Amino acid sequence: MKAIGILAVNEFLDGLRNRWVAAAIILLGTTALALLLVGSAPTGTIRAGALDVSVVSLTSLSVYLLPLIALLLSFDALVGEFERGTMLLLLTYPVARWQVVMGKFLGHMMILLTAVAVGYGGAAVITVLFTDNGVEGWQAYVTMMGSTLLLGAVFIGLGYLVSVLVRERSTAAGAAVVLWLIFVVLYDLALLGLLLADHEQRMGQTLFSTLMLVSPADTYRLLNLTAFDAVGQAAGIAGVAARAGFGIPLLLGLMVTWIVLPLAATMAVFHRREL
Amino acid sequence: MAEECEADVAIEVNGAVKRYGNKTVVSDVDLSVRTGEHMVLIGHNGAGKTTLMKLMLGLTHPCAGQVRVLGSNPASAAAEQRREIGYLPESVAFHSAMKGREVLAFYARLKGVSRSECDSILVQVGLEQAADRRVSTYSKGMRQRLGLAQAVLGKPRLLFLDEPTSGLDPSLRRQFYDLIDTLSLSGTTSLTSSHSLNEVEARADRIAIMRGGSILACGTLAELSRLAGLPVVVRLRVVAGQTADVAGQLAHMGEIHRVNDHGINLSCLGASKMVLFRHIASLGDVIEDMDVVPPRLDEIYNHYMEQAQP
Repeated sequence: MKAIGILAVNEFLDGLRNRWVAAAIILLGTTALALLLVGSAPTGTIRAGALDVSVVSLTSLSVYLLPLIALLLSFDALVGEFERGTMLLLLTYPVARWQVVMGKFLGHMMILLTAVAVGYGGAAVITVLFTDNGVEGWQAYVTMMGSTLLLGAVFIGLGYLVSVLVRERSTAAGAAVVLWLIFVVLYDLALLGLLLADHEQRMGQTLFSTLMLVSPADTYRLLNLTAFDAVGQAAGIAGVAARAGFGIPLLLGLMVTWIVLPLAATMAVFHRREL
Repeated sequence: MAEECEADVAIEVNGAVKRYGNKTVVSDVDLSVRTGEHMVLIGHNGAGKTTLMKLMLGLTHPCAGQVRVLGSNPASAAAEQRREIGYLPESVAFHSAMKGREVLAFYARLKGVSRSECDSILVQVGLEQAADRRVSTYSKGMRQRLGLAQAVLGKPRLLFLDEPTSGLDPSLRRQFYDLIDTLSLSGTTSLTSSHSLNEVEARADRIAIMRGGSILACGTLAELSRLAGLPVVVRLRVVAGQTADVAGQLAHMGEIHRVNDHGINLSCLGASKMVLFRHIASLGDVIEDMDVVPPRLDEIYNHYMEQAQP
């Protein structure tokens, strides 16, 4: 256990040293602040409070940004150390290989946690302090922050899997971009295309909803847009998931599965890897 | 009896084979290193030295055969056992954004070594001035010293040094080996690989010569030269005018290389050298002086290399 902690702290300090943490905080903080301030401008008939209204737009933003940040952090994590030769030395220390993966994961999660907490959290605090909007809707906002971390965790795990499977850093970088495109952009486009092509509605809502659940990005959206009524109203999809029969536990369970499976696969591949 | 052996042997390799694809990198290696012994692996680049070390470190698995280090299989042993092992890889690499002190502190924490020991090791390897600079600014020699510093953290029972002085200039090399000797830690078993022969000659208890993945010969310097059947060169200084006579008497005992006014160079096999010496001694005052030159490690090495040539 101690080894995992040492590796996690080392990874986090590395993130501070090479300004990753700072860059992520600035990126998330400024975009969140912009959206929050736009969201808190008088918008007519929408009655939701500023914080939960902004959850809708922040969710759409996070779905693109967090996977990107997570993949950038993680694609290099293993293949980079193989290439530099630092992994060779590390594995002659009293550290098991699964502990290396776990330590890096916790360290990278600490980086994401700091970025989300300071970036999104700070933006919310500034908005509450400097506008007329109260703290109403903070529960939805905090839930959004938590689920955003889960989304980040999914893509950190996927990044590791890429990182342990390829032989070169450049290949890992390319594969990470492809993963991001598939999970965040192409899959949804394909679903949309399917929906448009299906004039006679033969597909049925259940199949469509199930297909949505395959993607962790969509699971994340559903989780945020349906967990709180006020958010759902603002997003205009209130009850979509409820009608399809997806409860919060199912959505959370799917996210956790998406985190555990790539991590476990990474550990298994790494365990057999010869250096 | 078996337990006694176990305690006495730090590294035991039996019939180890390692193939990558079709290429056999280590083929049927037997090697045993006793506790406290300094073993040196010698061979060209690509002779399989690094791979053999990786097998001993549990970084790769043998395709056949057995490797036992400190009594257990390194590939499946508990991670804790690696606390007893120090390793300096060939061309060691560190996180270049970290300072020297941070790098060493990180490895020390993993091994459960105190901060104060870190500081004293930094002084011993001569890095205390540079400890608060980033590793990216270090020269090759400094990186190598930092590599040695991490390898000796926690006074390991077993030390693996893979080409520790490659890329260092001759004066740094000597410094480096002096350093290893001062750090060398009473009772530490060490396995050093090298392709420069003369620098390890004095340090090695035993030498294993590797080529094409196999160990061609293994033993002390004396054993290796005897096995190689390399001649001992004897230089005699003889009273002026007597050389032809003496050479005639010794001709049947060795090969005469050169005869001049007052000197004879001849060589004989190690096994028959005592007979030759006794005969020379019996010649009395005619012989003024005598030098004996045993074969050097590089001659022995060349001999085995040529012998292994197909």
